[in-house]
Amino acid sequence: MIALERRAAPSRAWLWGAPLLAVALTMIAGGLMFAALGKDPVAAIRTIFWDPLFDPQFAAYSRPQLLVKAGPLVLIATGLALGFRAGVWNIGAEGQYIVGALCGAGAGLALYPMEAWFIFPLMVLAGALGGWAWAMIPAILKTRFNTNEILVSLLLVYVAESLLASAAVGVLRNPEGGGFPGSRNLSQWASSANPELIAGTGAHWGVVAALIAVILAYVVLNRHLTGFHIKLAGQAPRAARFAGVNPARLVLFCFGTAGLLAGLAGVFEVTGPAGQIGIDFNVGYGFTAIIVAFLGRLDPLGILLAGLLMALTYIGGELASFMLGIPVAAIQAFQGMLLFFLLAVDVLTNFRIRVGRRDIA
Amino acid sequence: MIRRTFLGTTLLGAAALAFMQPAFAQDDKVKVGFVYVGPIGDGGYTYEHDQARLKVEEHFGDKVETVYQESVPEGADAERVMTQMALSGADLIFATSFGFMDPTINTAKKFPDVKFEHATGYKRADNVGTYSARFYEGRAVLGHIAGKMTETNKIGYIASYPIPEVIRGINASYIAAKKANPDVEFNIVWAFTWFDPAKEADAAKALIEQGADVILQHTDSTAPHAAAAEAGNVIAFGQASDMAEYKPSPRVSSIIDNWAPYYIDRVQAVMDGTWESDDTWDGIGPGMVEIGEITAVPDDVKAEALEIRDRIAAGEYHPFTGPLNRQDGSEWLKEGETADDATLLGMDFYVEGLTGDIPN
Amino acid sequence: MDLSVISPTLLVASLMVASTPLLLAALGELVVEKAGVLNLGVEGMMIVGAIGGFAIAVETGSPVAGFVAAAVAGAALASVFGVLTQFLLANQVATGLATTLFGLGISSLMGQSYSGIRPPATPRLDLGPLGDLPFVGRVVFGHDWVVYFSLLLTFAVWWFLNRSRAGLTLRAVGENHAAAHALGIKVVAIRMAAIAFGGACAGLGGAYLSLVRVPQWTEGMTSGAGWIALAIVVFASWRAGRVLLGAYLFGGVTVLQLNLQAAGVALPVEYLSMSPYLITIAVLVLMSARRRGAAAAPASLGQSFHASQ
Repeated sequence: MIALERRAAPSRAWLWGAPLLAVALTMIAGGLMFAALGKDPVAAIRTIFWDPLFDPQFAAYSRPQLLVKAGPLVLIATGLALGFRAGVWNIGAEGQYIVGALCGAGAGLALYPMEAWFIFPLMVLAGALGGWAWAMIPAILKTRFNTNEILVSLLLVYVAESLLASAAVGVLRNPEGGGFPGSRNLSQWASSANPELIAGTGAHWGVVAALIAVILAYVVLNRHLTGFHIKLAGQAPRAARFAGVNPARLVLFCFGTAGLLAGLAGVFEVTGPAGQIGIDFNVGYGFTAIIVAFLGRLDPLGILLAGLLMALTYIGGELASFMLGIPVAAIQAFQGMLLFFLLAVDVLTNFRIRVGRRDIA
Repeated sequence: MIRRTFLGTTLLGAAALAFMQPAFAQDDKVKVGFVYVGPIGDGGYTYEHDQARLKVEEHFGDKVETVYQESVPEGADAERVMTQMALSGADLIFATSFGFMDPTINTAKKFPDVKFEHATGYKRADNVGTYSARFYEGRAVLGHIAGKMTETNKIGYIASYPIPEVIRGINASYIAAKKANPDVEFNIVWAFTWFDPAKEADAAKALIEQGADVILQHTDSTAPHAAAAEAGNVIAFGQASDMAEYKPSPRVSSIIDNWAPYYIDRVQAVMDGTWESDDTWDGIGPGMVEIGEITAVPDDVKAEALEIRDRIAAGEYHPFTGPLNRQDGSEWLKEGETADDATLLGMDFYVEGLTGDIPN
Repeated sequence: MDLSVISPTLLVASLMVASTPLLLAALGELVVEKAGVLNLGVEGMMIVGAIGGFAIAVETGSPVAGFVAAAVAGAALASVFGVLTQFLLANQVATGLATTLFGLGISSLMGQSYSGIRPPATPRLDLGPLGDLPFVGRVVFGHDWVVYFSLLLTFAVWWFLNRSRAGLTLRAVGENHAAAHALGIKVVAIRMAAIAFGGACAGLGGAYLSLVRVPQWTEGMTSGAGWIALAIVVFASWRAGRVLLGAYLFGGVTVLQLNLQAAGVALPVEYLSMSPYLITIAVLVLMSARRRGAAAAPASLGQSFHASQ
């Protein structure tokens, strides 16, 4: 009989060992899947995990792209993690990301073609406010009417997607674009551009913002009363109430922060890597960030690493897809496996496996 | 200040990339990359692009190597995919969706020696050409069949997004249907999606339940055909691919995107060193738009449809020939006048007779 | 504009068809959540059911075999979720999302040779003269067997949760797993069973999409139905009867907005397409404002259980 026994404290060794074990297990299971598809498993795994980082042909370009891909994931996941720790479930970051991008782009395009230094900061502000306001809808409904925040935030994603589509063919459509959908290109308008800050690093303002967010979140969680309240509310809601934590304010704070960061991610993406509002501007960062938050164990530093790992599987997956002809679906399944294994081996951090008879408790 | 940093980084970035420009593929194979917006198994738009890729391989055999990437999101991801393809030694890259326009231009700047072909866009550069198909020619042929075949005089149209391509298709089929049957009426449902089978099925059912006995669609799934088959006495047309599994009825004909002749032509040009950036907008004549086999309609309808097809192909007939008015009654084209390409490319109005507003 | 072209009979009949996948998936998730487990992988289980059912129906020529296979496929993926969350104590929200991601990927892989194929038809049941009655003939007696099955299932789930001893045990597990454990109830076993049932129902819902409602196989064809099913469970404040109401309401709004468009009603179309979501939110707010809605949620929902606690 195999049994689990709770450790007195999380195992330090497994805290680091578990993710490595998970990656190793994924390579084995994924390799079997690639082999079943008739592809060379070793080449596939190497292309996904090694080539984006070290292949002489690609690495100089792909390595900085890790930051481009990880930036929005980390930014959004950091905000979400605060809420998840407090037991506040915002799974609508995708919508907050869209609305942030729409507000930011709208604020900038209203001033087009003026050239001024304040346009970009204004857009960033508008984007942050937009994301914040969109997140406030489920938060206020939760605190005022006790409406389930998981669902309202999720349903608002679909509403935001409809808004995006109608903005791309309507108000934000590029008047010089011959009637095609999509806004003007913001990364090509000097006043709104969010370019690579240091050549060859991939770092744009969104990556900087992500790093700042990680540091701030770390400080808030570990050195600040709000962080203490967040953790307390998540672990022991009753105790939190006795300690004077105001649950409504906590909900507003967690949603507000997450919405703000998601909105920022949206505006940095639309002014930088994406460049414009299009019908399908959003590519699922808001949902992937939820996974990143959990992979990082809801810890800001862990989220940073998890975001980079996720980005690696995306970029490596793309390489594997066109270099080796592996279907995108297999890459998706591979990412799913990686998550399954990471979640599965995490048990080793908090529990010890005992083989034999369990003691009577 | 901001501008200088921006330019500075761009130049530096270009310099950095110049270092990693790979030598062109050691062997003399021409490497061709394809960037798709959907999965190759979508049975419609991307499927046809991939079929053309396979024909390129078949045509050139050992002289060509093709790579592709499916389901590429528009925006930053597209630029990365194209850059990585160029780094891997691609000589020619086909970007097959409108949303890839700016990423294609950006990537092309970084790789002046790689040729790019962007579908349905309007931005070109020395090493970026554009190509598109005059689907509206095909829609005129289908519109004629639709007008002849309807008994309820109600034709349902499932539209995706209100963009010129879609509006052009509605107008072209309406004009043709109206010529064939002056009493015809179009009911248009905007699905606000390219691809959502369940929603397309529901839209088709709603149209059929309200009396439409012909369904035209500008979305990519066969769901409307299934709805038509279930209802009985309703016909539909294949979109993007032949949708032959619903032959001979309810699918009575189709518009097929046939990119193969163009792709083979362009690959050949790269091999010969004669490739130049240009703008191609081909229709039925050069074979980019094909009308799928016409089935289960009376012989005279079939003959008329084929005649329209052949006259369009020969350049004797233009689907937008005056007299034509805009929806508000103002004059658009005089007797005998044909529409110019600029107006067609930016079409944002209905022609006279269509009801309802274009969502905006 | 001519609203008379919209036939209420056909409208109701097609909203029933449009709602059935949602109803099936939501009923499964209801039982799962009643047992105290939050499985956000409904979308993934639905689409695995959609391809599993489609493939088997095409290979065997029997839609019934397809539906059975869909239930098995959904339950199999759900069991992965179950093992991770019940035995390995992984976080349910993250595992659920991973289930969806994996399901979408694996279904596309499995389905690569099945696009562009017509599945065998699932006909409407022929109930003789009953089908010829006005209105009720089409609305009540004019459907395929899955629609009736889903209605029957609604009743069965209601009966199970509220009237049976096993249902009482399941609810006890969902309300307070520690107390249930102390009473000698096998918490993990019951939850695993509920999770598998939820997966099977989601699989059936997916298969209804690919075999009846659309019917065809295409990658990503569920396009968000699983998430709506989750919303419906909360909307229903965890009651089987209201799940039925919620599913039909959502399906109804979707079908109605397309019908209004087809009838030429001058409404801003781009806002119409968001109406089902906005209306669902509005109803959620109304329900929760009138009575403390969240109080109806199982108390242990989403929490891991380990006997050492």
